[in-house]
Amino acid sequence: MLDIAVAYNRYKFLGNEFLTWLWFMIETDQSLFRQHDPDFLSLTVGNRLVLENTRNNAKETVTIKGDNASLEEGLVALTKGAAVTEIHLSYKTGSQKWEFSLKGESLNISNLKLPETGPIETPDDLEGVVLEKVYLIEKVVGFVNNIFSHFIHLRLSNKWKNQTTPRILKWATSN
Amino acid sequence: MGLLSSRNSITRYQVTGQLDGSVHETVYQGLKQHAIPKIEDDGSEATAGWTSLETPYAPDFEGYSFVFGTYMVFALRIDKKSIPPKLIKKHYALNVAKRLADTGRHYLSGNEKQSIKDHVVNTLIHRIPATPNVYDLVWDYDAASLWFFSNLKAANETLETLFVKSFNLQLIRLFPYTTADRMAGLSNQERDVLGKLEKSRSKE
Repeated sequence: MLDIAVAYNRYKFLGNEFLTWLWFMIETDQSLFRQHDPDFLSLTVGNRLVLENTRNNAKETVTIKGDNASLEEGLVALTKGAAVTEIHLSYKTGSQKWEFSLKGESLNISNLKLPETGPIETPDDLEGVVLEKVYLIEKVVGFVNNIFSHFIHLRLSNKWKNQTTPRILKWATSN
Repeated sequence: MGLLSSRNSITRYQVTGQLDGSVHETVYQGLKQHAIPKIEDDGSEATAGWTSLETPYAPDFEGYSFVFGTYMVFALRIDKKSIPPKLIKKHYALNVAKRLADTGRHYLSGNEKQSIKDHVVNTLIHRIPATPNVYDLVWDYDAASLWFFSNLKAANETLETLFVKSFNLQLIRLFPYTTADRMAGLSNQERDVLGKLEKSRSKE
């Protein structure tokens, strides 16, 4: 086991590659998500996408903000070797909707908006609301964990270099 | 930010190790021993300790009130005093002027200036109330999983230190490498590949 601080910095790229792949999967093949969540309805890019290109010892950042913003600039950045470092997502199952941001380097979840839960009107309501919130958070954390696990097995296989990377590049250039 | 807020930020942890004896009783003792003090320590810049979800300004863990179903839910409270730099500047200038007038001198040595600055900071720290920040956490003991409701570096570092002090259990922060290594069920061969993994080179 590597030292935690060393591992954090050494493997930042892994989280960024995960988010890049996730964006690609969102746009090209959502069936994978259904395999990991039978209630899955849709996963879409929300109102923020940040990409970074650190090639040639220079850092270039592209930030796309706004509802229904065009992501073309992000695709162009991908073809130049950039990776997604932050993505805002909208995740739907049945009639419920979650919104959250994922950061590549930490895989931290931020700005998480859960589906509506019941109000706390009396002290007796607290336990029910806490358990409902925990269930709803578990749902999205579990989903991200499952998708990341799928990604990491792919990333550590030869298929990543031989098939996935060329497919991502082809998708980025053809859009 | 907290579990009951309309928007949350979450840092995920894996908890390593096992508690001896009754889990709820051991956690209760750890929480009680390291609860945020009810009376403010006027002289310290920051104080951290555990508090309860329901009453964060009056910690109460009696009756295992931190247990919700199979989860333990409580909070880290960090009370911090921050003195506005302009306030330090003002009181420092007033103190320097007074010292010069009292001594009839035209300048002060570096040591004297530093001593006045230390005195000003020390005096103001005692007069300024601490600002409390409360960060909830959800601990699933059986799953060895913990969610901390903040992504702030300082708050996470305080959590990691206080957690080991209180319960003698380590928290491993889950970021890409640790999630891959500990949560994805990698084979030995995959773990070897992970150890040597480099950034993809899709475009040169």
